[in-house]
Amino acid sequence: MSASSNQKAVAVLAEFANPAVLLHAAEKVRDAGYDKYDCHSPFPVHGLDAAMGLKKSILGWVAAAGGIAGGSIAFALQWWVHNHGYAMNLSGKPYFAFQAYVPVTFELTILGACFGTVIGMFIMNFLPWYTHPVFESDNFRKATDNGFFISIEAEDERFDAKKCYAFLQSIGGKNVEVLIPNE
Amino acid sequence: MAEMAEMAAATDTTQEPLVQGNHDFHSVSDTIGRIAEQELAKTPIGWYVAFTISASVAGLLGLQIFWLFWKGTGVWGLNNPAGWGWAIVNFVFWVGIGHAGTLISAILFLLRQQWRTSINRAAEAMTLFAVVCALVFPGIHVGRVWAVYYLFPLPNQMAMWPNFRSPLLWDVFAVNTYFTVSLLFWYVGLIPDWATMRDRATNRWRQIIYGLLALGWRSSNRHWSNYEKAYLILAGIATPLVLSVHTVVSFDFAVSILPGWHTTIFPPYFVAGAIFSGFAMVITLMVVVRWIYGLQSFITMRHLDNMAKIIMLTGMLVGYAYSCEFFIAWYSGSPYESGIFLLRASDQYAWAYWIMVTCNVIIPQVFWFRFARRNLVILFVVSIFVNIGMWFERFVITITSLSQDYMPSSWDYFSPTIIDVGMFVGSFGLFFTLFLLFLRFVPVIAIAEVKGVMPEADPHNYHDEH
Repeated sequence: MSASSNQKAVAVLAEFANPAVLLHAAEKVRDAGYDKYDCHSPFPVHGLDAAMGLKKSILGWVAAAGGIAGGSIAFALQWWVHNHGYAMNLSGKPYFAFQAYVPVTFELTILGACFGTVIGMFIMNFLPWYTHPVFESDNFRKATDNGFFISIEAEDERFDAKKCYAFLQSIGGKNVEVLIPNE
Repeated sequence: MAEMAEMAAATDTTQEPLVQGNHDFHSVSDTIGRIAEQELAKTPIGWYVAFTISASVAGLLGLQIFWLFWKGTGVWGLNNPAGWGWAIVNFVFWVGIGHAGTLISAILFLLRQQWRTSINRAAEAMTLFAVVCALVFPGIHVGRVWAVYYLFPLPNQMAMWPNFRSPLLWDVFAVNTYFTVSLLFWYVGLIPDWATMRDRATNRWRQIIYGLLALGWRSSNRHWSNYEKAYLILAGIATPLVLSVHTVVSFDFAVSILPGWHTTIFPPYFVAGAIFSGFAMVITLMVVVRWIYGLQSFITMRHLDNMAKIIMLTGMLVGYAYSCEFFIAWYSGSPYESGIFLLRASDQYAWAYWIMVTCNVIIPQVFWFRFARRNLVILFVVSIFVNIGMWFERFVITITSLSQDYMPSSWDYFSPTIIDVGMFVGSFGLFFTLFLLFLRFVPVIAIAEVKGVMPEADPHNYHDEH
């Protein structure tokens, strides 16, 4: 496929032979100053985050917030139920039996952290997103099998289909494609 | 999983490889993906036979539940001292089985045990289905099923709330949290593999269904970065969760004042027993699955060997707990406490007690021998014995203490009815129905993770490229 009209192109996609080549190519794309680019591999390649210059994921804080929320709600609910909402003397147990609140508080802390993690991960990854430009390529099916790819998206300020095409080829990309929708 | 790739570089060369045979990335996708992609007509006849039997037995469970709702809990063998019967025994049995799946997927992940990779998917599925079976029993044993929503803190017109100071309510939260977290953990692990299935799909339906499930996954490294973090966090929170679940289950017993139940050893003892029984179920299932689907190069003898070692270890922990209970009963000086343990081992339920000891403590000792850990027949037979033994453990705990408590005048012998037996068998039908559906439509091995632990996944293994 040849480089064609810059307006219609949504991304340029190149395939790389193996994880090591992908890693070095990612460094070069980063050094060339591209911003809206991505690497695609069927499994996470060790060292690629550093090669792409990605910041550490902040998901841990989201999970912590979820956990704190879950735990606080659980404790507050139990305190409210036994001291205000439905204060009953059951087997002589104290109303504010905080020791007995521990298991439920613990379980809901875990549940909150879990929801925080999973929902946070989806939001940070903008998933579900079924119509991403890279799906225009048939060759891209290999990205979940045995293919290693780099894509540069048209949203990047420096994007120029012809230049990106040549650049990706120069750093060892094979099957370089300019992706144009509805082709 | 980058952590996994990191370890791949450091893999001990004296160990057997985790993936055997000449596999590359594509053949991994292919070998595993093909199983779920078989045309319905080409599904092995054995699958149809097994599915028909399981689904029928599960249907029988449904009929018996209907009968229970119609007649009341009198259809069970419950009597006056023994107000908790097989429903509780089965509940604890099934929850326990679930624990191995989480142990494999979470704890072994945190401990950097790469060998977990090819068995975690199926083990997690086993967890989910076992917890489904477990949840059936507390749901139906409440007697007044129309009031089952009292278990949850739902605002209602009676302005009534559940009692959070009761262990039975803790259990509701523990088991439901466990199910939810296990389901999300499993689903997150499946996303890259749904995408693999989507991209391999040759017909429209498969493409749409797997495509929807994959959520538009595009193997992006920006995604992998958050994804791996999510996986690590989920493993980190599932670890204390799994330990807490059987701890809370043991509180159902330990917080009461009944002799034989009111002991502090219960939480660790229950957790060890849960892992023990779960690994036995994993071996039971894996020995059959790898044989039927030809997955010997992924679920290797090394995996089975490691699991056999865990069974032996946890079996001895359980054995230690059995003896410790006796020691503490004697040491406590409480006549009721020592009495119940003497009765357990020598009186009307002695047969059950000694079945338990034989299956759980004595038989797994064969795993001291390497040939036993690597012989499929021995592995399978021992795992069945452990499953039986662990069911009897819960039977012994629940029934003996209830049948013979403080007042000898109210002692009685518990005999199950046909409905008790039928429901227990029926729960296996439900479990195997779900598991067979999983085998048929879901990638049974974590494809992306297996690729990640292969030597060629590590960029450092391509020296001439530098």
